[in-house]
Amino acid sequence: MSDGTVSSGEQGAQLVGVVLVSHSAAVAASVADLARALIGGGGTVPVAAAGGTESGGLGTSAELITAAARSVDRGAGVAVLTDLGSAVLTVKALLAEGDELPDGTRLVDAPFVEGAVAAVVTASTGADLAAVEAAAAEAYTYRKV
Amino acid sequence: MLDADFFRRWMTATAESVGREAERLTELDSPIGDADHGINLRRGFDAVADVVAEKVPDTPGAVLVLAGSRLISTVGGASGPLYGTLLRRTGKALGDTAEVSPEQFTDALRVGVDAVMALGGAAPGDKTMIDALVPAVDALGESFAAARAAAEQGALATTPLQARKGRASYLGERSIGHQDPGATSAALLIAALAETAGE
Repeated sequence: MSDGTVSSGEQGAQLVGVVLVSHSAAVAASVADLARALIGGGGTVPVAAAGGTESGGLGTSAELITAAARSVDRGAGVAVLTDLGSAVLTVKALLAEGDELPDGTRLVDAPFVEGAVAAVVTASTGADLAAVEAAAAEAYTYRKV
Repeated sequence: MLDADFFRRWMTATAESVGREAERLTELDSPIGDADHGINLRRGFDAVADVVAEKVPDTPGAVLVLAGSRLISTVGGASGPLYGTLLRRTGKALGDTAEVSPEQFTDALRVGVDAVMALGGAAPGDKTMIDALVPAVDALGESFAAARAAAEQGALATTPLQARKGRASYLGERSIGHQDPGATSAALLIAALAETAGE
């Protein structure tokens, strides 16, 4: 679990947090590293990986997701990106609870890797949650062929 | 009338049944899923059985809300948030009364099943747990035994279907010819309900 201090963006503005939920701890952590590395000289966005189960297996852990969201919450909202199946459904179920995730937490409909990079880079500019979400979702429109 | 103890016994009976059938559920999940349905669901319902014994919630709604939350926390696969939502929404729909009639329970379970359909985006015929749960709720007005028979029939009827949700949907036509593990476990849940009611 990682986070960072708020050091860029507009003076005094709080950064949107990003949570990456994958069935695999290695995938979540690696995508978080990749997105952070692509920020460049900007600030440090609070990014947390919530991959795999608590026991280290493949799957989704509600506890890891909740802890990750709390760790990146700076009061400006939290964008959650997920990979497949139970990752999507668990985040939706937690959001439906109302009080499990920080206020302003949103499940972002985006491709996992490209969306994570877009979300983290956009968040590093001090953009608000709607802008972070839009940037991540826009990654779906980037065709490779 | 059904009290909190009835619902605790239902959860315990489900945990026992899932424990007995875990290997069969995982076998069903091997050809079309990722071969973990039985293991995941057993872990979840074991945790449910523990928590409803330990905390002794005192209303039907509280039993189901607590059980649903445990499933979301412990299962680790898609069946966790799906069954968790089923039980929690059903529990919330029951409110905080100490006893509920079978009719009130039927209405609440329908709210829960609708919530599962909304969460997973599945409809009847998609080869999911919904194919056992919808006929069960429809038959519950008649009797618990009728609901059990309808759920079992619904689970068997998933065999010729092509999966349109979850991992099995990636297999396309190759998903045909296999009974859906989620519909099978949903039938166990309803069978445990009938057993608890003595039917």
